[in-house]
Amino acid sequence: MKPTDTSNPEYFHKVVDCQYACPAHTPVPEYIRLIAAGRYTDAYMINWVSNVFPGVLGRTCDRPCEPACRRGRLGGDEEPVAICRLKRVAADNKTGDDFRARLPKIPKKKNGKRIALIGAGPASLTVARDLMPLGYSIDIYDNQFAGGGMMRSQIPSFRLPIEVLDEEVDYILDTGVVTHFDTEVTSLQSILDKDYDAVFVGTGAPRGRDLNIPGRGEGADNIHIGIEWLASVAFEHRHQVGKRVLVLGGGNTAMDCCRTSRRLGGDEVRVVVRSPFADMKASPWEKEDAMHEDIPIFDNHTPKEFVIEGGKLAGMVFEKVEAEYDENGKRSLVPTGEDPVFMPADDVLIAIGQENSFPWIERDAGVEFDQWDMPVVDKDTFQSTNPKVFFGGDAAFGPENVITAVAHGHQAAVSIHLMCGGKDVAERPAPFTNLMSQKMGVHEWSYDNQVEDDPRYVVPLADKSKALADRKLEVELGFDKSTGFAEAERCLNCDVQTVFTEARCIECDACVDICPTDCITFTAPVEEEMLRTRLSAPAGNLAQDLYVSDVLPTTRVLVKDENVCLHCGLCAERCPTTAWDMQKFLYNVSLAGQ
Amino acid sequence: MSYQLPNFRHPELPVNELGYTRADYEGSISTLCAGCGHDSIAGAIVKAVHELSIPPHKIAKLSGIGCSSKSPAYFLGKSHGFNSVHGRMPSVATGAALANRDMIYLGVSGDGDTASIGMGQFAHAIRRNLNMVYIVMNNGCYGLTKGQDSATADEGSTSKKGDPNPFDAIDLPSLALNLGATFIARSFSGDKGQLVPLIKAAITHRGFAMIDVISPCVTFNNNPQSTKSYEFVREHAEATGTVDFVPMREEITTSYPPGSTAEVTMHDGSVLHLHKQEEGMDPFDRISAMNALEQHRARGDILTGLIYLDEDSRELHEVLETSQRPLNELDASDLCPGNRVLANINASLR
Repeated sequence: MKPTDTSNPEYFHKVVDCQYACPAHTPVPEYIRLIAAGRYTDAYMINWVSNVFPGVLGRTCDRPCEPACRRGRLGGDEEPVAICRLKRVAADNKTGDDFRARLPKIPKKKNGKRIALIGAGPASLTVARDLMPLGYSIDIYDNQFAGGGMMRSQIPSFRLPIEVLDEEVDYILDTGVVTHFDTEVTSLQSILDKDYDAVFVGTGAPRGRDLNIPGRGEGADNIHIGIEWLASVAFEHRHQVGKRVLVLGGGNTAMDCCRTSRRLGGDEVRVVVRSPFADMKASPWEKEDAMHEDIPIFDNHTPKEFVIEGGKLAGMVFEKVEAEYDENGKRSLVPTGEDPVFMPADDVLIAIGQENSFPWIERDAGVEFDQWDMPVVDKDTFQSTNPKVFFGGDAAFGPENVITAVAHGHQAAVSIHLMCGGKDVAERPAPFTNLMSQKMGVHEWSYDNQVEDDPRYVVPLADKSKALADRKLEVELGFDKSTGFAEAERCLNCDVQTVFTEARCIECDACVDICPTDCITFTAPVEEEMLRTRLSAPAGNLAQDLYVSDVLPTTRVLVKDENVCLHCGLCAERCPTTAWDMQKFLYNVSLAGQ
Repeated sequence: MSYQLPNFRHPELPVNELGYTRADYEGSISTLCAGCGHDSIAGAIVKAVHELSIPPHKIAKLSGIGCSSKSPAYFLGKSHGFNSVHGRMPSVATGAALANRDMIYLGVSGDGDTASIGMGQFAHAIRRNLNMVYIVMNNGCYGLTKGQDSATADEGSTSKKGDPNPFDAIDLPSLALNLGATFIARSFSGDKGQLVPLIKAAITHRGFAMIDVISPCVTFNNNPQSTKSYEFVREHAEATGTVDFVPMREEITTSYPPGSTAEVTMHDGSVLHLHKQEEGMDPFDRISAMNALEQHRARGDILTGLIYLDEDSRELHEVLETSQRPLNELDASDLCPGNRVLANINASLR
């Protein structure tokens, strides 16, 4: 096995599991340390630069970082650091004035380039945030009355208070973005005709999938598409729902629908889903939140028909199924043969998925569409086949989430800036990286290397009866400062890397002996597969790299399995020659103009 | 500031027959200098005892004074321990071993503790073939008092701030061989592959088992002019052969070319495999062992591995024909069986 090339920034980046898993690659441990230090505005700033909506995401993010967190691999009942809710601690406790003073300055003299953003959701707002400080003139179009896109129309207020959203949307719009709200764009060509230098399409996946089974037409008055229904609640067009509500679907939209129903008069709300409970798309914590509000989830039930009595919806019939998996793991839902199940209902909400919809893009506008009627978009540059038209967020590759939309927005902004500067959009800027020793003394590091044993802290909730009585009352109260500190201390500081220098090593084994998780081995250099069988402890997690040194004087190599390294720094403390050092690795995705 | 070890361990650590992981045999975090060979020896002891599936409470760690002798705090944290007076560990071990023959006695000593102040005690523990493991953590200097030459420092060897040593070294394996020790080995702290099976064999051996482990003092005696440095030892160590220890309960799976290997069955049924033995060297023959030691010494090499093993070793309890039950388990009725027994004894003498 070849020595590890740590000069490739992706090697150490991958060791920072949370950051690597985050679509926007937010430097998570860096801001968690700042929260522990009580520097909330600084922590918020790091987030804001990277993910644009820390207050929103600190409440609603799909948090791909958390399943990746190294703490979750430490065995026992150990759970990941509550990264998402720590982000909220930074947002809740920042000093607003201090933060506003740090916002990038918008040049008075514009650069003469005009950009149109279609849709005012997270992707478009990110593009605006990145391009405004560079002197662009930006027009943003949206059919809603305010910015935010699905963050406004689909995420219920009890999860995301409107003030939090407004604040973070305004940070961007207040930089001088020209807004065209309540404006439905019905023709891409009409926008292109305005001679913008670039057009960014961030219109999301606006169409909720329907369920065409018997009774759909007759019961239409009480059968609703989930996302449309959520929007009508958010925009105060709808204030109540029937007492008995069935929510179809197993994703996060279904969870929002059922919990919203509970607040609008639904006493008997049920979620009914075709798949087994474990296969549901909703995040585990969103399922828990729903069940906490006394909403049962019926899995393995396939909807067969809407039952209409007296011209009105009376309920639904379901067929019971069970999941069978073939040798490739492909699932099929097979009827069990049991009697069909009838569930009475006054209203049914269909939340079985969302689709893209581009009726407003003329097929001769230069944007090519593929066999699934999706625009052909480059996955790195986000450019369509019309070089002036870029896509991002759900509009680009189908429904994802807010943080992915932000990541798209950053890259699209990079592309637009390159293109407007006459450069090749394929020449992506390298990430900014920095690697710096944290050594302060023999037993002293400039990070808190002590590993805390505390189990994950639970976010306190508002009183259930009060929460269910008020649609706008935020359920999660967030961590207070002291709990935020304790939770922040659980972070292992995986960005503080163990860096090995062969030339200094005397092969005394001190690091091997001290390592609490047996990550380190000195052994003969062989191929990786064989190497993994010869280490101090099992090294079966192939997703985690082995850090391999060059050949040492005894003809052995040093091998470190990154998998469960605690980043405690003891290898470096016990190293007599500083062949090991703990060095903080900062990795920032380069944004437009950087 | 790290004065304690994190509590997390690798989630898939192997468990031994008792259901314990290696972590159950650890001690507290070492306060020795970073890179000290003694820490590696501690690691090797932990590995050996874990793999032998010995319940921690069946072991007593005994030591004297010195860097070596504080190291028992850093391994087998759930075993018994006695940190005695400088050089007097063998006396304490003798007392303990006589009182309770069921325990495993693991003595840890240094070159000062053994070859200077404790020389007399060391000699008599060997002469009596006390059933114990005696590990010398040998760094050729007094590390605890800033690195003065010890009695095992080689002639001409120079420590970091010292002058060349004018005296010849006491070679502990040669001395032990001379005194009649029944298990003698030498190893190197930087070679766990060799050290761990030797420790296992020493623990299984019935009688006095000495392992002289060269353990570089990183702070005072790891400079290029020293013969106890990592570099010097790596360049000059020559193993008598490779040692594999197969516990009684395990199937023997390794096979070696015929003629190149010797097998020794230990008293508990475990098997010691010696292979790639040095030409002309027979570790079951005292004279051959003595020759090999002296020849290597004359060449300036360090002979490591198993040096001598007496398969017919009779330990102190066997020689003295003491009670099969440990003395500390005998109660008043055992020790004073009463007038009738006394009368029988008296009658037998008439």
